[in-house]
Amino acid sequence: MSVPVRVVTLLVAFLLVVVGAVYIVAHYVVGDLPTVDYSGAAHNGAVNVVLQEDPQNDSSSKPDWVSYYVMKPGADPTSQSSWVHTTLFSVPANTTVHMTIRGYDGCTPPRNSFWSEVQGTVGNVIAFQQFKDTNKPMGPVHITNTLNGWTHCAVGHTFAIPGLHVFVPVGSPDASASLCGDSPCVAGPFTLEKFTFRTPDHTGVFRWQCFVPCGGGFLDGNGGPMQTIGYMTGNMNVVGS
Amino acid sequence: MSHSTTTGSAPEARHGLRIFLIWLPLAIIADVLIWFVWYPHLPPGRMSDQAQGQQFDIAVMAVLAAPVLLFVWVYATYALVTWRRKAGDDEDATPIRGNTRVQATWITATAVIVLGLFVFGTVQLIVPAGAGAGEGPSPIWKPDTNRILQVQVIGQQWAFTYRYPQFGGMESTMLELPVGEQIQFNVTSLDVIHSFWPYLLGVKADANPGVNNVAFAKAQQLGRFVVRCNELCGIWHGAMFNYGRVVTPTTFVAWARSVEAREARLHILTALPPYALTYDPTVIPQLGQDIVKVAGITGAGGYYYPSESQSGDPGDPESP
Repeated sequence: MSVPVRVVTLLVAFLLVVVGAVYIVAHYVVGDLPTVDYSGAAHNGAVNVVLQEDPQNDSSSKPDWVSYYVMKPGADPTSQSSWVHTTLFSVPANTTVHMTIRGYDGCTPPRNSFWSEVQGTVGNVIAFQQFKDTNKPMGPVHITNTLNGWTHCAVGHTFAIPGLHVFVPVGSPDASASLCGDSPCVAGPFTLEKFTFRTPDHTGVFRWQCFVPCGGGFLDGNGGPMQTIGYMTGNMNVVGS
Repeated sequence: MSHSTTTGSAPEARHGLRIFLIWLPLAIIADVLIWFVWYPHLPPGRMSDQAQGQQFDIAVMAVLAAPVLLFVWVYATYALVTWRRKAGDDEDATPIRGNTRVQATWITATAVIVLGLFVFGTVQLIVPAGAGAGEGPSPIWKPDTNRILQVQVIGQQWAFTYRYPQFGGMESTMLELPVGEQIQFNVTSLDVIHSFWPYLLGVKADANPGVNNVAFAKAQQLGRFVVRCNELCGIWHGAMFNYGRVVTPTTFVAWARSVEAREARLHILTALPPYALTYDPTVIPQLGQDIVKVAGITGAGGYYYPSESQSGDPGDPESP
């Protein structure tokens, strides 16, 4: 084999390895996850975003991992086809986001009870209400600055956007209830939680995550769904309005 | 340094003197530029006493290193120009069989440099109370004052939070510091190993679970600084940063008391575990019982509470 052929072969092999590595990393980081686009759903400087967190998910590979879902804009939350198994969504810049999270997973005390405090929302409050099932509230709507994650076993997960200083504990349903077992959940006990925050006046990608180490079966609970985009962490893309 | 030719008839040029005379002005110029032009702009700046000390150390090292580096370059260049092979000259040079003066000079100079740096480095580590590095749970180099603001740094995937035991043990996502006050950072983690790195303060200390890693600094300039994690700690390691602020003592006290009052009003202070130097993530204190590695639910074990070995000592200013 001549020297030029050997050099070309070496270069081609090197490029193949580089391209393969980049593909694997990119695939691992974002996979084929869809991004739910809320940028077109904004009206009068505000947009409604709806998420849910479940004790399991409908994937074939990791069905026992806890997971968030994102609802299609304006869809019916009681229909499974309304929910997208992803943690990527986009919202317009300089916009008020009215966030609704339907918490179907049971309580798990956060590692740091400091995350019981609501931070970064408008008024530093959340409004939450427990439901036995869809349209069956267990009590009135509570507006509060804190959800004590330790003594009341009221927190299932958290929703946090550290880059925007938004830290919100997400309530869990009645501890004695049987949790939803069919994701995306549209039936079973849940907590309906609402809060509002502002997106910045510039575009960018803001990671969000759960601060409850909820990766059951992993060291300190921080593996699996905690480390995988599409489950308990993701990106909020702030796009031009 | 001499290099004989094979003829032996022509008088040998004084190469050593030539090299010295070329090297000396270059070294002086380089050191003057380093000290007066580069030094004020060297990282990490002068936002704290530790940062200023590190800036001084880097400047001293650069002043020492520049003449050495220039000597190597000057000698190599001189050798390439002067002793390059001439056309038709195929003979070997005269073998060098020892040169006591050169060897003694070399050994003496390198010994002075290395031992000098050893002494300088040791002094610069001890005098500024550890030079901003984590000294472990029992620091042997401490500032000579008892007026120390205690700040606990808690690493967790993927954020730093800060507790202030002298303000009711309140916790914050903001790192606020008073200018001119000695600060003791007590760095720990609730999960994996992180590293607390407020670069502009000249502080870097690993955050290990179950370990209190102590570092000292005194802020001396007002302004904002960034805190980064400097230990690969998971998928969002690169995004694990937040901002701190150095403010006047009056502003700091007002801020700390307002956070303490707010967290008391919201019952956050009672929701937090009692302040401790480390936390055991297997117990929820409010429940009064051990919950170890909860299995069978979505959440993994992980809560925090002072372990029994962390008993408070009233005589210890670091003790809660």
